[in-house]
Amino acid sequence: MPFIPHSKLDTEQMLSTIGVDSIDDLFDEIPLSLRCNELNKIPQGLSEMEVTRLMRERASQDGRPLCFLGAGAYEHHIPAAVWELTTRGEFYSAYTPYQAEASQGTLQLLYEYQSMMASLMSMDVSNASLYDGSSALAEAVLMAVRANRQSKSKKILLPSTINPVYRQVTHAIVKNQGIELVEVPFDPVTGKTDQSALRQYSAEDFAALVIPQPNFFGVLEDVDVLTQWATSNKMLSIAVVNPMAMALLKPPGEWGEAGVDIVCGEGQPLGAPLASGGPYFGFMCCQQKHVRQMPGRIIGRTTDLDGKEGFTLTLQAREQHIRRSKATSNICTNQGLLVTAATIYMSLLGPEGLKKVALNSHKNTQLLVQRLEQIKGVKRVFSGSNFHECVLVLEADVEKIIASLAKDHHILAGLELSKYYPNLTNSLLVCATETRTEQDIEHFAVTLEKLL
Amino acid sequence: MANTPDDRKYADSHEWAFLEDDGTIRVGISDHAQELLGDLVFVELPEVGRTVGKGDECSVVESVKAASDIYSPVSGEIIAVNDSLEDEPELINQAAYDEGWIFVIQPVDESELDELLDNDAYLGSIEE
Repeated sequence: MPFIPHSKLDTEQMLSTIGVDSIDDLFDEIPLSLRCNELNKIPQGLSEMEVTRLMRERASQDGRPLCFLGAGAYEHHIPAAVWELTTRGEFYSAYTPYQAEASQGTLQLLYEYQSMMASLMSMDVSNASLYDGSSALAEAVLMAVRANRQSKSKKILLPSTINPVYRQVTHAIVKNQGIELVEVPFDPVTGKTDQSALRQYSAEDFAALVIPQPNFFGVLEDVDVLTQWATSNKMLSIAVVNPMAMALLKPPGEWGEAGVDIVCGEGQPLGAPLASGGPYFGFMCCQQKHVRQMPGRIIGRTTDLDGKEGFTLTLQAREQHIRRSKATSNICTNQGLLVTAATIYMSLLGPEGLKKVALNSHKNTQLLVQRLEQIKGVKRVFSGSNFHECVLVLEADVEKIIASLAKDHHILAGLELSKYYPNLTNSLLVCATETRTEQDIEHFAVTLEKLL
Repeated sequence: MANTPDDRKYADSHEWAFLEDDGTIRVGISDHAQELLGDLVFVELPEVGRTVGKGDECSVVESVKAASDIYSPVSGEIIAVNDSLEDEPELINQAAYDEGWIFVIQPVDESELDELLDNDAYLGSIEE
Protein backbone atom coordinates (compact mmCIF):
# COMPACT_ATOMS: atom_id res chain seq x y z
CA MET A 1 0.00 0.00 0.00
CA PRO A 2 1.68 3.27 -1.07
CA PHE A 3 1.87 6.15 1.39
CA ILE A 4 0.28 9.15 -0.32
CA PRO A 5 -0.21 12.16 1.91
CA HIS A 6 -3.07 14.57 1.24
CA SER A 7 -2.18 17.92 -0.20
CA LYS A 8 -3.82 21.01 1.24
CA LEU A 9 -6.01 21.12 -1.84
CA ASP A 10 -7.09 17.47 -1.39
CA THR A 11 -8.09 18.20 2.19
CA GLU A 12 -10.04 21.30 1.22
CA GLN A 13 -11.87 19.45 -1.53
CA MET A 14 -12.78 16.60 0.77
CA LEU A 15 -14.01 18.98 3.46
CA SER A 16 -16.11 20.95 1.01
CA THR A 17 -17.59 17.74 -0.46
CA ILE A 18 -18.94 16.72 2.94
CA GLY A 19 -19.86 20.28 3.86
CA VAL A 20 -17.49 20.82 6.76
CA ASP A 21 -15.32 23.90 7.27
CA SER A 22 -12.31 22.44 9.00
CA ILE A 23 -10.85 19.17 10.19
CA ASP A 24 -11.42 20.28 13.78
CA ASP A 25 -15.16 20.39 13.08
CA LEU A 26 -15.08 16.64 12.50
CA PHE A 27 -14.31 16.20 16.21
CA ASP A 28 -17.20 18.38 17.37
CA GLU A 29 -18.86 15.49 19.17
CA ILE A 30 -15.98 15.33 21.64
CA PRO A 31 -16.68 17.88 24.40
CA LEU A 32 -14.05 20.61 24.66
CA SER A 33 -13.37 19.68 28.27
CA LEU A 34 -12.19 16.24 27.20
CA ARG A 35 -9.70 17.41 24.60
CA CYS A 36 -6.06 17.56 25.57
CA ASN A 37 -5.15 19.89 22.70
CA GLU A 38 -1.39 19.89 23.22
CA LEU A 39 0.70 17.05 24.52
CA ASN A 40 2.64 19.05 27.09
CA LYS A 41 4.20 16.12 28.87
CA ILE A 42 5.88 14.63 25.84
CA PRO A 43 9.59 15.47 25.83
CA GLN A 44 11.41 17.01 22.89
CA GLY A 45 12.21 14.70 20.01
CA LEU A 46 15.55 12.91 19.73
CA SER A 47 17.52 12.10 16.62
CA GLU A 48 17.71 8.53 15.37
CA MET A 49 21.30 8.35 16.58
CA GLU A 50 20.33 9.51 20.06
CA VAL A 51 17.39 7.12 20.28
CA THR A 52 19.48 4.16 19.14
CA ARG A 53 22.03 4.87 21.84
CA LEU A 54 19.41 5.37 24.52
CA MET A 55 17.63 2.13 23.64
CA ARG A 56 20.88 0.15 23.50
CA GLU A 57 21.76 1.38 26.98
CA ARG A 58 18.33 0.51 28.30
CA ALA A 59 18.37 -2.92 26.65
CA SER A 60 21.70 -3.81 28.20
CA GLN A 61 20.18 -3.22 31.65
CA ASP A 62 17.75 -6.06 30.98
CA GLY A 63 20.51 -8.65 30.87
CA ARG A 64 19.69 -12.30 30.16
CA PRO A 65 18.21 -13.48 33.47
CA LEU A 66 17.11 -17.04 34.16
CA CYS A 67 13.35 -16.74 34.23
CA PHE A 68 10.99 -18.44 36.70
CA LEU A 69 8.52 -15.59 36.44
CA GLY A 70 5.18 -16.05 34.70
CA ALA A 71 2.09 -14.30 36.03
CA GLY A 72 0.54 -13.68 32.64
CA ALA A 73 3.43 -13.75 30.17
CA TYR A 74 5.56 -16.84 29.63
CA GLU A 75 8.95 -17.67 28.18
CA HIS A 76 8.53 -20.39 25.59
CA HIS A 77 10.96 -21.49 22.93
CA ILE A 78 10.15 -19.78 19.63
CA PRO A 79 11.49 -21.58 16.53
CA ALA A 80 13.75 -19.26 14.52
CA ALA A 81 11.50 -19.57 11.48
CA VAL A 82 8.63 -17.83 13.27
CA TRP A 83 10.04 -14.31 13.29
CA GLU A 84 12.11 -14.85 10.15
CA LEU A 85 8.82 -15.35 8.27
CA THR A 86 6.76 -12.89 10.29
CA THR A 87 9.12 -10.01 9.53
CA ARG A 88 9.09 -10.58 5.77
CA GLY A 89 7.95 -7.45 4.00
CA GLU A 90 4.71 -9.06 2.85
CA PHE A 91 3.57 -9.60 6.44
CA TYR A 92 5.32 -6.79 8.25
CA SER A 93 2.40 -4.56 9.13
CA ALA A 94 0.81 -4.10 12.51
CA TYR A 95 -2.72 -3.91 11.15
CA THR A 96 -5.08 -5.54 8.75
CA PRO A 97 -4.60 -3.35 5.69
CA TYR A 98 -7.33 -0.76 5.23
CA GLN A 99 -8.04 -1.93 1.72
CA ALA A 100 -8.35 -5.38 3.16
CA GLU A 101 -9.40 -7.43 0.17
CA ALA A 102 -6.37 -6.24 -1.80
CA SER A 103 -4.21 -8.23 0.61
CA GLN A 104 -5.41 -11.77 0.11
CA GLY A 105 -2.30 -13.29 1.70
CA THR A 106 -2.84 -11.43 4.96
CA LEU A 107 -6.52 -12.30 4.98
CA GLN A 108 -5.80 -15.96 4.35
CA LEU A 109 -3.32 -15.97 7.21
CA LEU A 110 -5.91 -14.42 9.53
CA TYR A 111 -8.45 -16.98 8.36
CA GLU A 112 -6.01 -19.79 9.17
CA TYR A 113 -5.38 -18.18 12.56
CA GLN A 114 -9.11 -18.09 13.29
CA SER A 115 -9.47 -21.73 12.26
CA MET A 116 -6.61 -22.79 14.54
CA MET A 117 -7.89 -20.83 17.52
CA ALA A 118 -11.45 -22.09 17.09
CA SER A 119 -10.07 -25.62 16.93
CA LEU A 120 -7.78 -25.18 19.95
CA MET A 121 -10.66 -23.77 22.02
CA SER A 122 -13.26 -26.10 20.50
CA MET A 123 -15.45 -23.08 19.74
CA ASP A 124 -17.47 -22.15 16.64
CA VAL A 125 -15.92 -18.80 15.81
CA SER A 126 -12.76 -16.79 16.46
CA ASN A 127 -12.13 -13.17 15.62
CA ALA A 128 -8.89 -11.96 14.07
CA SER A 129 -7.54 -10.92 17.51
CA LEU A 130 -7.80 -8.07 19.97
CA TYR A 131 -5.32 -5.79 21.67
CA ASP A 132 -4.18 -7.94 24.61
CA GLY A 133 -5.45 -10.41 27.19
CA SER A 134 -6.75 -7.88 29.70
CA SER A 135 -8.65 -5.74 27.21
CA ALA A 136 -9.97 -8.95 25.62
CA LEU A 137 -11.59 -9.74 28.97
CA ALA A 138 -13.08 -6.24 29.07
CA GLU A 139 -14.47 -6.78 25.57
CA ALA A 140 -15.86 -10.16 26.62
CA VAL A 141 -17.63 -8.53 29.57
CA LEU A 142 -19.15 -5.84 27.34
CA MET A 143 -20.14 -8.51 24.84
CA ALA A 144 -21.79 -10.68 27.50
CA VAL A 145 -23.87 -7.75 28.72
CA ARG A 146 -25.07 -7.14 25.14
CA ALA A 147 -25.63 -10.80 24.37
CA ASN A 148 -27.44 -11.94 27.52
CA ARG A 149 -30.91 -10.64 26.80
CA GLN A 150 -32.45 -12.66 29.62
CA SER A 151 -30.50 -10.60 32.11
CA LYS A 152 -31.58 -7.09 33.04
CA SER A 153 -28.53 -6.51 35.19
CA LYS A 154 -25.20 -5.15 34.11
CA LYS A 155 -23.40 -7.17 36.75
CA ILE A 156 -20.64 -9.69 36.17
CA LEU A 157 -19.27 -12.27 38.62
CA LEU A 158 -15.49 -12.08 38.52
CA PRO A 159 -13.47 -14.56 40.61
CA SER A 160 -10.60 -13.06 42.58
CA THR A 161 -8.43 -15.79 41.06
CA ILE A 162 -8.40 -13.89 37.77
CA ASN A 163 -5.18 -12.07 36.88
CA PRO A 164 -5.45 -8.90 39.03
CA VAL A 165 -4.19 -6.75 36.19
CA TYR A 166 -7.03 -8.04 34.01
CA ARG A 167 -9.45 -7.05 36.76
CA GLN A 168 -8.03 -3.51 36.90
CA VAL A 169 -8.08 -3.03 33.13
CA THR A 170 -11.57 -4.49 32.80
CA HIS A 171 -12.85 -2.27 35.59
CA ALA A 172 -11.31 0.82 33.97
CA ILE A 173 -12.95 0.03 30.64
CA VAL A 174 -16.43 -1.02 31.76
CA LYS A 175 -17.16 1.13 34.82
CA ASN A 176 -18.30 4.15 32.84
CA GLN A 177 -20.78 1.98 31.00
CA GLY A 178 -22.46 1.19 34.31
CA ILE A 179 -21.18 -2.36 34.49
CA GLU A 180 -20.42 -3.72 37.94
CA LEU A 181 -17.81 -6.40 38.58
CA VAL A 182 -18.66 -8.45 41.66
CA GLU A 183 -15.72 -10.30 43.13
CA VAL A 184 -16.00 -13.98 44.11
CA PRO A 185 -13.42 -15.05 46.74
CA PHE A 186 -11.17 -18.10 46.46
CA ASP A 187 -10.95 -21.10 48.76
CA PRO A 188 -7.76 -20.53 50.84
CA VAL A 189 -7.09 -24.27 50.96
CA THR A 190 -7.42 -25.25 47.31
CA GLY A 191 -6.75 -21.90 45.62
CA LYS A 192 -9.85 -22.39 43.45
CA THR A 193 -12.91 -20.19 43.17
CA ASP A 194 -15.01 -20.75 46.30
CA GLN A 195 -18.16 -22.48 45.15
CA SER A 196 -20.05 -21.99 48.39
CA ALA A 197 -19.44 -18.23 48.07
CA LEU A 198 -20.62 -18.43 44.49
CA ARG A 199 -23.86 -20.17 45.46
CA GLN A 200 -24.89 -17.14 47.51
CA TYR A 201 -25.43 -15.36 44.21
CA SER A 202 -27.79 -17.97 42.75
CA ALA A 203 -30.89 -15.88 43.29
CA GLU A 204 -29.40 -12.69 41.85
CA ASP A 205 -29.42 -11.48 38.29
CA PHE A 206 -25.98 -11.47 36.67
CA ALA A 207 -25.13 -11.22 32.99
CA ALA A 208 -22.14 -13.55 33.15
CA LEU A 209 -19.64 -15.53 35.20
CA VAL A 210 -15.94 -15.33 34.34
CA ILE A 211 -14.01 -18.61 34.62
CA PRO A 212 -10.19 -18.59 34.50
CA GLN A 213 -8.29 -21.74 33.46
CA PRO A 214 -5.71 -22.07 34.85
CA ASN A 215 -6.32 -19.28 37.34
CA PHE A 216 -3.75 -16.65 38.36
CA PHE A 217 -2.31 -19.04 41.00
CA GLY A 218 -1.71 -21.61 38.26
CA VAL A 219 -4.46 -23.72 39.84
CA LEU A 220 -7.00 -25.59 37.71
CA GLU A 221 -10.56 -24.52 38.39
CA ASP A 222 -13.56 -26.88 38.40
CA VAL A 223 -14.56 -25.56 35.01
CA ASP A 224 -17.37 -28.02 34.29
CA VAL A 225 -19.12 -27.25 37.56
CA LEU A 226 -18.65 -23.49 37.15
CA THR A 227 -19.89 -23.47 33.54
CA GLN A 228 -22.93 -25.54 34.44
CA TRP A 229 -23.68 -23.34 37.44
CA ALA A 230 -23.63 -20.25 35.21
CA THR A 231 -25.93 -21.85 32.65
CA SER A 232 -28.43 -23.03 35.24
CA ASN A 233 -28.53 -19.51 36.69
CA LYS A 234 -29.16 -17.94 33.26
CA MET A 235 -25.73 -16.36 33.10
CA LEU A 236 -23.39 -16.50 30.15
CA SER A 237 -19.98 -18.01 30.82
CA ILE A 238 -16.72 -16.29 29.86
CA ALA A 239 -13.59 -18.44 29.90
CA VAL A 240 -10.22 -16.72 30.33
CA VAL A 241 -7.63 -19.27 29.33
CA ASN A 242 -3.96 -19.72 28.61
CA PRO A 243 -3.99 -21.00 25.01
CA MET A 244 -0.98 -23.20 25.65
CA ALA A 245 -2.80 -24.98 28.48
CA MET A 246 -5.66 -25.76 26.11
CA ALA A 247 -3.39 -28.09 24.14
CA LEU A 248 -3.42 -30.32 27.22
CA LEU A 249 -6.65 -29.59 29.08
CA LYS A 250 -10.30 -29.87 28.15
CA PRO A 251 -11.03 -26.87 25.89
CA PRO A 252 -13.75 -24.37 26.92
CA GLY A 253 -16.06 -25.43 24.09
CA GLU A 254 -16.46 -28.70 25.99
CA TRP A 255 -16.93 -27.39 29.53
CA GLY A 256 -20.23 -28.26 31.18
CA GLU A 257 -22.99 -29.63 29.00
CA ALA A 258 -22.85 -27.14 26.15
CA GLY A 259 -19.52 -25.34 26.49
CA VAL A 260 -18.90 -21.73 27.45
CA ASP A 261 -20.37 -18.80 25.54
CA ILE A 262 -17.22 -16.70 25.13
CA VAL A 263 -13.52 -17.48 25.43
CA CYS A 264 -10.79 -14.87 25.65
CA GLY A 265 -7.21 -14.58 26.80
CA GLU A 266 -3.66 -13.57 26.14
CA GLY A 267 -2.02 -14.93 23.00
CA GLN A 268 1.58 -14.16 23.99
CA PRO A 269 2.54 -17.80 24.77
CA LEU A 270 2.01 -18.56 21.07
CA GLY A 271 5.18 -17.20 19.52
CA ALA A 272 5.62 -13.77 21.11
CA PRO A 273 8.82 -13.17 23.08
CA LEU A 274 8.73 -11.65 26.56
CA ALA A 275 8.97 -7.88 26.36
CA SER A 276 8.26 -5.13 28.83
CA GLY A 277 4.52 -5.24 28.54
CA GLY A 278 4.22 -6.21 24.93
CA PRO A 279 3.25 -5.97 22.18
CA TYR A 280 1.24 -9.12 22.79
CA PHE A 281 -2.23 -9.96 21.49
CA GLY A 282 -5.65 -10.83 22.83
CA PHE A 283 -7.84 -13.52 21.38
CA MET A 284 -11.56 -14.14 21.48
CA CYS A 285 -13.80 -17.00 20.41
CA CYS A 286 -17.51 -17.53 20.86
CA GLN A 287 -20.45 -19.71 20.02
CA GLN A 288 -22.06 -19.10 16.65
CA LYS A 289 -25.23 -17.68 18.24
CA HIS A 290 -23.26 -14.76 19.73
CA VAL A 291 -21.22 -13.90 16.66
CA ARG A 292 -23.01 -10.65 15.89
CA GLN A 293 -22.13 -9.31 19.31
CA MET A 294 -18.46 -10.22 18.96
CA PRO A 295 -16.13 -7.23 18.55
CA GLY A 296 -13.25 -7.12 16.14
CA ARG A 297 -12.59 -8.29 12.68
CA ILE A 298 -13.63 -11.65 11.30
CA ILE A 299 -12.28 -12.99 8.03
CA GLY A 300 -14.48 -15.22 5.90
CA ARG A 301 -13.69 -17.57 3.03
CA THR A 302 -15.82 -17.19 -0.05
CA THR A 303 -15.77 -17.50 -3.84
CA ASP A 304 -15.47 -14.53 -6.17
CA LEU A 305 -17.52 -13.86 -9.31
CA ASP A 306 -15.29 -16.21 -11.30
CA GLY A 307 -15.79 -19.00 -8.78
CA LYS A 308 -12.28 -18.65 -7.36
CA GLU A 309 -11.60 -18.95 -3.64
CA GLY A 310 -11.06 -15.65 -1.90
CA PHE A 311 -10.96 -14.17 1.59
CA THR A 312 -12.91 -11.18 2.80
CA LEU A 313 -13.76 -9.16 5.87
CA THR A 314 -17.16 -10.27 7.04
CA LEU A 315 -19.74 -9.04 9.55
CA GLN A 316 -18.12 -5.63 9.41
CA ALA A 317 -21.29 -3.53 9.29
CA ARG A 318 -21.04 -3.01 13.05
CA GLU A 319 -17.44 -1.90 13.07
CA GLN A 320 -16.28 1.59 13.71
CA HIS A 321 -15.49 2.57 10.13
CA ILE A 322 -19.22 2.20 9.44
CA ARG A 323 -20.95 2.64 12.81
CA ARG A 324 -18.51 5.17 14.29
CA SER A 325 -19.45 5.81 17.94
CA LYS A 326 -22.15 3.13 17.81
CA ALA A 327 -19.75 0.38 16.77
CA THR A 328 -19.71 -2.89 18.69
CA SER A 329 -16.34 -1.79 19.99
CA ASN A 330 -14.22 1.29 19.60
CA ILE A 331 -11.16 0.11 21.43
CA CYS A 332 -10.57 -3.04 19.51
CA THR A 333 -7.76 -3.28 17.15
CA ASN A 334 -6.13 -6.43 16.03
CA GLN A 335 -2.50 -7.28 16.46
CA GLY A 336 -1.83 -8.49 12.94
CA LEU A 337 1.89 -8.92 13.34
CA LEU A 338 1.68 -10.90 16.59
CA VAL A 339 -1.11 -13.00 15.13
CA THR A 340 1.10 -13.71 12.12
CA ALA A 341 3.76 -15.00 14.50
CA ALA A 342 1.19 -17.05 16.43
CA THR A 343 -0.16 -18.61 13.24
CA ILE A 344 3.29 -19.58 12.05
CA TYR A 345 4.20 -20.82 15.54
CA MET A 346 1.11 -23.03 15.72
CA SER A 347 1.67 -24.27 12.16
CA LEU A 348 5.26 -25.28 12.94
CA LEU A 349 4.40 -27.04 16.20
CA GLY A 350 1.08 -28.56 15.24
CA PRO A 351 -1.32 -29.96 17.84
CA GLU A 352 1.21 -32.57 19.02
CA GLY A 353 3.99 -30.03 19.37
CA LEU A 354 1.79 -27.66 21.36
CA LYS A 355 0.78 -30.52 23.61
CA LYS A 356 4.44 -31.41 24.21
CA VAL A 357 5.27 -27.83 25.15
CA ALA A 358 2.32 -27.73 27.54
CA LEU A 359 3.18 -31.11 29.05
CA ASN A 360 6.86 -30.29 29.50
CA SER A 361 5.98 -26.97 31.09
CA HIS A 362 3.68 -28.78 33.49
CA LYS A 363 6.35 -31.41 34.29
CA ASN A 364 9.08 -28.83 34.85
CA THR A 365 6.86 -26.88 37.19
CA GLN A 366 6.17 -30.04 39.20
CA LEU A 367 9.92 -30.66 39.38
CA LEU A 368 10.57 -27.07 40.40
CA VAL A 369 7.97 -27.13 43.16
CA GLN A 370 9.16 -30.51 44.50
CA ARG A 371 12.73 -29.27 44.55
CA LEU A 372 11.94 -25.95 46.21
CA GLU A 373 9.75 -27.64 48.81
CA GLN A 374 12.80 -29.57 49.97
CA ILE A 375 14.22 -26.27 51.17
CA LYS A 376 13.44 -25.57 54.82
CA GLY A 377 11.00 -22.68 55.10
CA VAL A 378 9.47 -23.14 51.63
CA LYS A 379 5.94 -24.50 51.38
CA ARG A 380 3.34 -24.87 48.71
CA VAL A 381 0.26 -22.76 49.54
CA PHE A 382 -2.67 -24.39 47.69
CA SER A 383 -3.72 -28.01 47.32
CA GLY A 384 -5.36 -27.60 43.90
CA SER A 385 -3.70 -29.14 40.81
CA ASN A 386 -1.48 -26.89 38.74
CA PHE A 387 -0.71 -26.27 35.11
CA HIS A 388 2.67 -24.55 34.98
CA GLU A 389 2.62 -22.12 37.90
CA CYS A 390 2.40 -22.55 41.64
CA VAL A 391 2.20 -20.32 44.73
CA LEU A 392 4.80 -20.95 47.43
CA VAL A 393 5.17 -19.28 50.81
CA LEU A 394 8.62 -18.53 52.24
CA GLU A 395 9.66 -17.89 55.82
CA ALA A 396 11.55 -14.80 54.74
CA ASP A 397 11.09 -11.35 53.29
CA VAL A 398 10.25 -12.42 49.75
CA GLU A 399 10.50 -8.95 48.21
CA LYS A 400 14.12 -8.73 49.37
CA ILE A 401 14.91 -12.20 48.11
CA ILE A 402 13.41 -11.48 44.68
CA ALA A 403 15.46 -8.29 44.46
CA SER A 404 18.66 -10.00 45.51
CA LEU A 405 18.19 -12.94 43.15
CA ALA A 406 17.57 -10.56 40.26
CA LYS A 407 20.39 -8.14 41.02
CA ASP A 408 23.14 -10.45 42.23
CA HIS A 409 22.28 -13.77 40.58
CA HIS A 410 20.38 -12.86 37.40
CA ILE A 411 17.43 -15.03 38.38
CA LEU A 412 13.85 -13.84 38.06
CA ALA A 413 12.39 -15.80 40.95
CA GLY A 414 8.70 -15.07 40.46
CA LEU A 415 6.05 -12.66 41.67
CA GLU A 416 5.25 -11.78 45.27
CA LEU A 417 1.48 -11.66 45.56
CA SER A 418 0.65 -9.63 48.68
CA LYS A 419 0.36 -6.45 46.64
CA TYR A 420 -2.70 -8.02 44.98
CA TYR A 421 -3.73 -10.48 47.72
CA PRO A 422 -2.96 -8.98 51.16
CA ASN A 423 -3.41 -12.37 52.88
CA LEU A 424 -0.68 -13.96 50.80
CA THR A 425 2.29 -12.30 52.49
CA ASN A 426 5.74 -13.57 51.56
CA SER A 427 4.26 -15.62 48.77
CA LEU A 428 6.02 -16.39 45.53
CA LEU A 429 4.26 -17.31 42.29
CA VAL A 430 6.76 -19.41 40.30
CA CYS A 431 6.70 -20.85 36.81
CA ALA A 432 8.87 -23.24 34.81
CA THR A 433 8.13 -23.63 31.12
CA GLU A 434 9.62 -26.19 28.74
CA THR A 435 12.67 -23.92 28.43
CA ARG A 436 13.87 -24.65 31.99
CA THR A 437 16.24 -27.56 32.51
CA GLU A 438 16.94 -29.66 35.61
CA GLN A 439 20.19 -27.74 35.97
CA ASP A 440 18.32 -24.42 35.85
CA ILE A 441 15.99 -25.65 38.57
CA GLU A 442 18.87 -26.93 40.70
CA HIS A 443 20.75 -23.64 40.26
CA PHE A 444 17.68 -21.67 41.35
CA ALA A 445 17.08 -23.93 44.36
CA VAL A 446 20.68 -23.83 45.56
CA THR A 447 20.90 -20.07 45.15
CA LEU A 448 17.60 -19.52 46.93
CA GLU A 449 18.58 -21.82 49.78
CA LYS A 450 21.70 -19.76 50.44
CA LEU A 451 19.62 -16.61 50.81
CA LEU A 452 17.15 -18.08 53.30
CA MET B 1 -40.97 7.47 -7.08
CA ALA B 2 -40.74 5.85 -3.67
CA ASN B 3 -43.61 3.75 -2.48
CA THR B 4 -45.25 5.40 0.56
CA PRO B 5 -48.78 4.22 1.40
CA ASP B 6 -51.08 6.95 2.71
CA ASP B 7 -52.64 4.80 5.45
CA ARG B 8 -49.83 5.43 7.94
CA LYS B 9 -47.39 7.99 9.34
CA TYR B 10 -43.64 8.31 8.87
CA ALA B 11 -40.70 9.50 10.95
CA ASP B 12 -37.77 11.55 9.58
CA SER B 13 -35.62 8.58 10.54
CA HIS B 14 -37.58 6.44 8.02
CA GLU B 15 -39.77 4.33 10.30
CA TRP B 16 -43.48 3.96 9.48
CA ALA B 17 -46.20 3.73 12.14
CA PHE B 18 -49.56 2.12 11.40
CA LEU B 19 -52.47 2.52 13.81
CA GLU B 20 -54.28 -0.80 14.21
CA ASP B 21 -58.00 -1.08 15.02
CA ASP B 22 -57.17 -2.17 18.58
CA GLY B 23 -55.22 1.03 19.24
CA THR B 24 -51.78 -0.57 19.00
CA ILE B 25 -49.18 0.75 16.58
CA ARG B 26 -47.28 -1.44 14.16
CA VAL B 27 -43.80 -0.23 13.19
CA GLY B 28 -41.46 -0.94 10.31
CA ILE B 29 -39.09 0.89 8.00
CA SER B 30 -40.06 2.56 4.74
CA ASP B 31 -39.49 1.10 1.32
CA HIS B 32 -37.11 3.99 0.68
CA ALA B 33 -35.07 3.03 3.76
CA GLN B 34 -34.80 -0.65 2.81
CA GLU B 35 -33.66 0.42 -0.65
CA LEU B 36 -30.92 2.62 0.79
CA LEU B 37 -29.72 -0.14 3.11
CA GLY B 38 -29.63 -2.83 0.45
CA ASP B 39 -29.94 -6.56 1.17
CA LEU B 40 -30.68 -7.03 4.84
CA VAL B 41 -28.83 -9.85 6.55
CA PHE B 42 -29.85 -9.48 10.18
CA VAL B 43 -32.44 -7.79 12.36
CA GLU B 44 -31.88 -7.38 16.07
CA LEU B 45 -35.40 -7.29 17.48
CA PRO B 46 -36.38 -5.43 20.64
CA GLU B 47 -37.46 -7.41 23.71
CA VAL B 48 -41.18 -7.82 24.21
CA GLY B 49 -42.24 -6.01 27.35
CA ARG B 50 -39.66 -3.27 27.05
CA THR B 51 -40.84 0.28 27.61
CA VAL B 52 -39.54 2.80 25.09
CA GLY B 53 -39.79 6.53 24.68
CA LYS B 54 -40.46 8.30 21.41
CA GLY B 55 -37.16 8.43 19.52
CA ASP B 56 -35.44 5.69 21.57
CA GLU B 57 -33.18 3.24 19.76
CA CYS B 58 -34.86 -0.12 20.06
CA SER B 59 -33.78 -2.30 17.17
CA VAL B 60 -30.96 -2.63 14.64
CA VAL B 61 -31.26 -3.59 11.00
CA GLU B 62 -28.07 -4.76 9.38
CA SER B 63 -27.31 -5.03 5.70
CA VAL B 64 -24.10 -6.09 4.04
CA LYS B 65 -22.93 -2.50 4.03
CA ALA B 66 -24.45 -0.83 7.08
CA ALA B 67 -26.12 -1.36 10.42
CA SER B 68 -28.82 1.17 11.29
CA ASP B 69 -30.71 1.87 14.46
CA ILE B 70 -34.48 1.81 14.44
CA TYR B 71 -36.02 4.51 16.60
CA SER B 72 -39.42 4.08 18.18
CA PRO B 73 -41.79 6.58 16.53
CA VAL B 74 -43.97 6.78 19.66
CA SER B 75 -43.70 6.09 23.41
CA GLY B 76 -45.11 2.91 24.86
CA GLU B 77 -44.50 -0.76 25.51
CA ILE B 78 -43.29 -3.27 22.92
CA ILE B 79 -45.98 -5.96 22.88
CA ALA B 80 -44.98 -8.03 19.85
CA VAL B 81 -42.01 -8.49 17.53
CA ASN B 82 -41.81 -10.06 14.10
CA ASP B 83 -39.96 -13.30 14.85
CA SER B 84 -39.98 -14.27 11.18
CA LEU B 85 -37.28 -11.66 10.61
CA GLU B 86 -34.81 -13.75 12.61
CA ASP B 87 -34.62 -16.26 9.79
CA GLU B 88 -35.85 -14.08 6.95
CA PRO B 89 -34.57 -10.52 7.33
CA GLU B 90 -35.13 -10.16 3.58
CA LEU B 91 -38.87 -9.85 4.30
CA ILE B 92 -38.11 -6.17 4.91
CA ASN B 93 -36.62 -5.87 1.43
CA GLN B 94 -39.51 -7.75 -0.11
CA ALA B 95 -42.46 -6.23 1.73
CA ALA B 96 -41.41 -3.35 3.95
CA TYR B 97 -45.01 -2.36 4.72
CA ASP B 98 -46.49 -5.84 5.28
CA GLU B 99 -44.60 -9.00 6.17
CA GLY B 100 -41.56 -6.87 6.91
CA TRP B 101 -43.03 -5.15 9.98
CA ILE B 102 -40.63 -5.11 12.94
CA PHE B 103 -42.57 -4.60 16.18
CA VAL B 104 -45.92 -3.58 17.65
CA ILE B 105 -46.15 -1.01 20.39
CA GLN B 106 -48.92 -0.25 22.88
CA PRO B 107 -48.74 3.54 22.83
CA VAL B 108 -48.95 5.66 25.95
CA ASP B 109 -50.38 8.55 24.01
CA GLU B 110 -51.86 7.91 20.59
CA SER B 111 -51.70 11.60 19.74
CA GLU B 112 -47.91 11.31 19.39
CA LEU B 113 -48.74 9.96 15.95
CA ASP B 114 -49.82 13.46 14.94
CA GLU B 115 -46.25 14.67 15.34
CA LEU B 116 -45.11 12.30 12.58
CA LEU B 117 -45.16 13.04 8.86
CA ASP B 118 -47.95 12.02 6.51
CA ASN B 119 -46.99 10.26 3.29
CA ASP B 120 -46.76 13.44 1.21
CA ALA B 121 -44.56 15.22 3.74
CA TYR B 122 -42.33 12.16 4.09
CA LEU B 123 -42.09 11.82 0.33
CA GLY B 124 -41.16 15.50 0.14
CA SER B 125 -38.47 15.02 2.79
CA ILE B 126 -36.78 12.12 1.00
CA GLU B 127 -36.91 13.75 -2.41
CA GLU B 128 -35.17 16.91 -1.25
